[in-house]
Amino acid sequence: MFQLLNGMTFAALLFVVASGFTLIFGLLRIVNLAHGALYLFGGYVGFTVGGIAGSFVVAAISAMIFVAAAGLVLDRGVLRLVRGGELRQVMLTLGVAFVLNDAGLVIWGGDTLTVPTPEALQGAVVIGSLFYPKFRLFVLAMGIAVFAGLWLLLNKTRLGALIRAGVDDREMVEACGINIKRVFLVTFMLGSALAGLGGVLGGTFLALYPGADAEILVFSLAVVIIGGRGSLVGAATGALLIGLLNTFGQVWFPQLAYFVIFGPMAALLAFRPLGLFGKEA
Amino acid sequence: MIRILSPVLIGIAALAPLVLPTYFVSVATQILIFAVLAMAVDLLAGFTGRTPLCHGAIFGTSAYVTIYAASVVGWPIGLAMLTGILAATCLAMVFGLLAVRTSGVYFLLLTLALGLIVWGVCLRWTEITGGENGLRAQLREDLGLSTRQLYVAVLVTVLCATAAMWRLVRSPFGLTMRGIKEGEGRMASLGYDVTLHLLIAFTASGFFAGVAGALYAVFNDFASPSIVQLSSSVQGLLMAIVGGVGTLFGGFVGAFVIIAMEQTVSAFTERWPTVLGLTFILMMIFAPEGVVGKARLLLKR
Repeated sequence: MFQLLNGMTFAALLFVVASGFTLIFGLLRIVNLAHGALYLFGGYVGFTVGGIAGSFVVAAISAMIFVAAAGLVLDRGVLRLVRGGELRQVMLTLGVAFVLNDAGLVIWGGDTLTVPTPEALQGAVVIGSLFYPKFRLFVLAMGIAVFAGLWLLLNKTRLGALIRAGVDDREMVEACGINIKRVFLVTFMLGSALAGLGGVLGGTFLALYPGADAEILVFSLAVVIIGGRGSLVGAATGALLIGLLNTFGQVWFPQLAYFVIFGPMAALLAFRPLGLFGKEA
Repeated sequence: MIRILSPVLIGIAALAPLVLPTYFVSVATQILIFAVLAMAVDLLAGFTGRTPLCHGAIFGTSAYVTIYAASVVGWPIGLAMLTGILAATCLAMVFGLLAVRTSGVYFLLLTLALGLIVWGVCLRWTEITGGENGLRAQLREDLGLSTRQLYVAVLVTVLCATAAMWRLVRSPFGLTMRGIKEGEGRMASLGYDVTLHLLIAFTASGFFAGVAGALYAVFNDFASPSIVQLSSSVQGLLMAIVGGVGTLFGGFVGAFVIIAMEQTVSAFTERWPTVLGLTFILMMIFAPEGVVGKARLLLKR
């Protein structure tokens, strides 16, 4: 039961991060390999702002704004120059990831940092015979809230309709007279902001250190590969699967935890190369 | 042009250790080793059109296995190196089986994820890999090679590997690889087994990455998670790209440029990753065809 909750909370964190990744991948066809670096930066900014302001909410919001702004710069400033070449874009984001990580190392050093847990969420809740940290339950709730929010955004708003249309056929959307570039930019910033939020959440109940970005990136990749490009439900399913597999894998086969995650992923890919909910591009 | 240039260059490379100070000989050895890695990446990226991001992991696996077999198990160094290369080849085959069905960005992502698994294993499986501390050995001392002698040994191996790769891309098999790059569907309808060809190309590429890894194990006497991590794969790919994807020999140029840069930059600042990242960004924006590719374009004009 304890492990199950651990798995679910980790899955919630993964979902927050990976949903941003899959949104960007699905609509813009950009695999943003700097997503992990944005997550780490979000966490670091949350750590600093949280330390100054003493408020978790302020920390989370400022991290989201900061990382969304970073996304804006990344999309407008750099990625604009290589529109069209998918692989060139991917490699470019990889270069950006290197620069960002190194900048993080310069600014915040190489030590392990954690964002302070807000007072209201410290301590544990008693569930039956089980004591469970409040903050982890909060992360779980956040994951569900983000899912609900994104689902509503995608399915019930005009912007969501544009994003979904863009995933399916972007030329057609443009032909309808929509400024798809603006939709792209908003999506990119939204996706980045989710990475920032994930960074603050992850920075509180996991930790922030150089290399955390690569770990979260590989988990997000696995989630998106399993779930399929641009699919919200896919990201949720993938996150749940990876979160649970990771937690139970670490308990049962601590040294081979990575195999436990990636074995199923590889097996799935052999049968469905586009993932569970992926569509042909 | 290659026919005139290559004997001259090989001559210069063979005579270099006689005049260069030891430090530069050791840098030159490193350049040769990484040139093989870059060419192995190029076999896939340049000739089949599949850009891999797992070659650092394959390279590192070979280095790990070589050092483990030689220093922990106590096998002779030659056998240890062969085991390392074999391990890398097998790993590449497994990766290939999983990855060759995908293409483009998906291929890149999948190989990236596969490479990161290796990194995770090297980091976590502390009993075998030594975790973050890595594995140490004194292979070079055991062989009784001086820096200069090692350079010559590496040079000979690298030349053999280069010749083999050159032969491979010039063979009918190499032409098929290019055919797959240009038009996968057409090759399939001509009756070629695309998946099988890609799998063989992937395995061959892994074999050469393994050769580079085994050489690196002897050269460096140390394997740590940093050689299997993503930046190592990225560095290999960057060398191939800087040299020029699809040019094969560009690997030497790419390895030279990147390692010379690393050595120079590291003397002034610790911010090598930033410089590496910026180089990547600038290359992608201004010269995605690489140095050799760009030179070819300019010569054609």
